[in-house]
Amino acid sequence: MKSFSSIVTVVVLATTHFLCACAGELPDQPAGDTTTTHSSPGDNAGLTLPSGFSATVVAENLGGVRHIVVDSNGDIYAKLSKLKDGKGILELKGGDAGRISSFGNYPGTGIAIKNGYLYASSNTSIFRYKLDAGNQVIDPDKPETIVKDLTDRGQHNSKSITLDNAGNIYVNIGAPSNSCQVQDRAVGSKGQDPCPLLDYAGGIWQFKTDKLNQTINDGVHYATGIRNTVGLDWNSSVNELYVMQHGRDDLHRMFEQYYTVKDNAELPAEEFLLVKKGSDFGWPYCYFDPKQDKKMLAPEYGGDGKIQGRCGEIEKPLVAFPAHLAPNALLFYTGDQFPEKYKNGAFIAFHGSWNRAPEPQAGYFVAFVPMKDGKPGGNWEIFADGFAGGDDKKASGRVDYRPCGLAQGPDGALYVSDDRKGNIWKITYKK
Amino acid sequence: MRRRLIPVNVVIASLLFILLSLEPDQIKPPKAVMDRGETIYAKECLGCHQADGLGVQGLNPPLAKTKWVLGPRAQMIHIVLKGLTDPIEIDGDTYNNPMPPHLHLNDQEISDVLTYVRNSFGNNAKPITPADVKKVRAAIAKGK
Ligand code: HEC
Repeated sequence: MKSFSSIVTVVVLATTHFLCACAGELPDQPAGDTTTTHSSPGDNAGLTLPSGFSATVVAENLGGVRHIVVDSNGDIYAKLSKLKDGKGILELKGGDAGRISSFGNYPGTGIAIKNGYLYASSNTSIFRYKLDAGNQVIDPDKPETIVKDLTDRGQHNSKSITLDNAGNIYVNIGAPSNSCQVQDRAVGSKGQDPCPLLDYAGGIWQFKTDKLNQTINDGVHYATGIRNTVGLDWNSSVNELYVMQHGRDDLHRMFEQYYTVKDNAELPAEEFLLVKKGSDFGWPYCYFDPKQDKKMLAPEYGGDGKIQGRCGEIEKPLVAFPAHLAPNALLFYTGDQFPEKYKNGAFIAFHGSWNRAPEPQAGYFVAFVPMKDGKPGGNWEIFADGFAGGDDKKASGRVDYRPCGLAQGPDGALYVSDDRKGNIWKITYKK
Repeated sequence: MRRRLIPVNVVIASLLFILLSLEPDQIKPPKAVMDRGETIYAKECLGCHQADGLGVQGLNPPLAKTKWVLGPRAQMIHIVLKGLTDPIEIDGDTYNNPMPPHLHLNDQEISDVLTYVRNSFGNNAKPITPADVKKVRAAIAKGK
């Protein structure tokens, strides 16, 4: 199947190339591209940062870099959304773009390191690779399959992963749907109640890290009612799981009688959630309206923008972020390099919106939420901006870069990845 | 003197040539159709395919000069009426969202919006008529 689809890719590439005026809008990967590094001191590689922080680009044009992780030697592992030369994981030795090797024959999003193993996910499975004492993958061609056969229907198929300190791995299984209508995203199609997708998607599942070939039935259905999550992280300072939910789309297109174009751009919130075993955050029946500060009944289930109905009991988010910004990575900062206020706080990479159109698009930045005892300890703020490449590009959504992954280096530096062109930035602090 | 006069038939031929080279304007659909199509596009399609018709990376495909937009009318009508979930590929990219059905739009609305798309975003293709849409809708009703 794999080789067949790559043949199809080549044929389609060859035959449709001349038809497509859109090529300039898609990630422009030079053929047989050479990866270059540049760091121009002083300009923070185009980013705006709080004072005292600076940024350099450590790698460019790597491809669709989703999540990243940095080991204790400073080696960067990057998971690719699309295979590059047949491989889906890159290793940048010592964080050096001049020393890249690749392995793993599957595309995907998730990547993590824990207790001597590198974990990576495809859109259906989770694999792990044993590392040697020098943090090198011992057998890149023979990972252990930890979990397999998870739902992948294209939409919301990222299997993002994080690990706790008790031998468990948590994975998001996004719902392949906007609001669980009988016919997804079709005007006038009713919401299914109960939503059958919730049996195997729209939530977080917990698996054992050391058991091979688990399927969804071997996992613990840890939390439900979460439409889709790409950014999740275990907060070791309080031993709890936190996730960023991507809120639903298309309130105006489907229910113009209740929601204006502007409402559509501003509803619902992207939610920062503390997830406990058994949590239910209400999707598809409920969404969070940040202006009313309430979980509201979704219009497919009888809502009209004012009725709260059964959603009154549903837990509110810790922080409500602006609609459609697509939080794709969450990282609790445990380093010592950044000032005290950042300790155990949450960095969030926002991939940027599309469903705000025709209102201006937004996002494409890294935000920070100060945390105290596992709860927000102050207002969220924009930490790193400038990925879009200018206000016009941001408003149109035709941006230069889209933040997608976050990682912390052994020295406490913060790394940000982009899945449009495949850049990685390193952000450091000096008093 | 005679040598400086351009023969009448040459003048007529040149005028005809100039007129014919203005052909793209002539096949441009009536403004009323384009205006109605634009309004429907803004409500039904723009959220996904975007104001510039260039789509969203990895989620929604562009509508600029694709083989579905410029191709056979029946095929384009079918996609928009009935929706599409089999993944399509453009320049090696695929799109994770579904294309929803639009059976709630009537024949006139579908023909207006498709004619608009076929003549916007750098596209220039034959208009689609309500009769074209009617035929495809009937075929879909028969399970096609
Ligand atoms: C919910 C998002 C969404 C909406 C709304 C939507 N589309 Fe699409 N459209 C898609 C996706 C996604 C695909 C590709 C589906 C696939 O790969 O199977 C697509 C495919 C297409 C195609 C064929 C592929 C191409 O790019 O040429 C056409 C033509 C098209 N849409 C036109 C329209 C028109 C016209 C409207 C409004 C009447 C519309 N779409 C509304 C998401 C959408």
